[in-house]
Amino acid sequence: MKSLKFLIPLAIFLVLAGFLAVGLNLNPREVPSPLIGKPAPAFELTKLDAADQKLKRDDLLGKVWVLNVWASWCAPCREEHPLVMELARRKLAPVYGLNYKDTRPAGMAFLTQLGNPYEASLFDADGRVGIDWGVYGVPETFVVDKQGTIRFKHIGPLTPEVLDKKITPLLKELNA
Amino acid sequence: MPDAVNAVTLLRRLLLALSIALPLVASAKEAAPASDDPVLEAKVMRISAELRCLVCQNQTIADSHADLAQDLRGQVREMLRQGQSEAQILDYMTQRYGDFVLYRPPVKSTTTLLWYGPAALLIGGVLVLILVLRRRSKLPDDRFEPDAPDEAAPSDAPAR
Repeated sequence: MKSLKFLIPLAIFLVLAGFLAVGLNLNPREVPSPLIGKPAPAFELTKLDAADQKLKRDDLLGKVWVLNVWASWCAPCREEHPLVMELARRKLAPVYGLNYKDTRPAGMAFLTQLGNPYEASLFDADGRVGIDWGVYGVPETFVVDKQGTIRFKHIGPLTPEVLDKKITPLLKELNA
Repeated sequence: MPDAVNAVTLLRRLLLALSIALPLVASAKEAAPASDDPVLEAKVMRISAELRCLVCQNQTIADSHADLAQDLRGQVREMLRQGQSEAQILDYMTQRYGDFVLYRPPVKSTTTLLWYGPAALLIGGVLVLILVLRRRSKLPDDRFEPDAPDEAAPSDAPAR
């Protein structure tokens, strides 16, 4: 036993290194959402392009849908936009937009310029619905299932990996 | 020549005045009151100081100028006006943003290491120190190198 004593510092080092390695691989920007597995927060908002048409959460019950939070002032939204277009093109689920703290003209100009992947965009001028959904860094993307439960959340711009390896398989599974 | 001197003093005075006035302007901007009820405002700030800003994570939403922090302060203010308690407000925030939003996370199974880890490390360290010191005090003197007198040190060091 005594001859193995010299291994103690090594063991302590390995434990510390293990903790630090895990810590380095965590992204502190990605706060785990407490909303996953919970019912999607209720909302009732007008559409971006039609101030007289309202859409509420319960209108979407019974289908799988994607909520993409975006704004015309948000540079990463511009960057991820082709991927949102691609997601809509795959027709796995309707993509709804949450136009967060924006103005109608600016939001609509963004869609005219870059293309409109959204079934509809909800107009959340004061960001209240954003708070209910725990939005803190635009863009964010949620997947909601047929029962209205949030199944997935991605914070920050979509990447091809997230689209192919997480969202697409999940949507297929939920639709099955 | 006197003209040039005057110009320099004038410039100096101007700079002095600016350096005094600018911080005042800046602080006046920061303290933009959102409501004229100081009691309510104090309460908003106290609760905001318990909440982490998710955009700039090492600041509380009381300190932060981020848009979201301002919105959340507004939310806190509104909930206080509706007569909600501090616990209800903190609950509202955790439901949306998780425990991460609290600067003082709750003690529960997943946060045991966070709460008690440092104390455990300290106690462990003290125990090891006591053990080592005890063992050393039992060792005979000839196991230690004799203390080198201070004056001898420089002559040991390489020249230059």
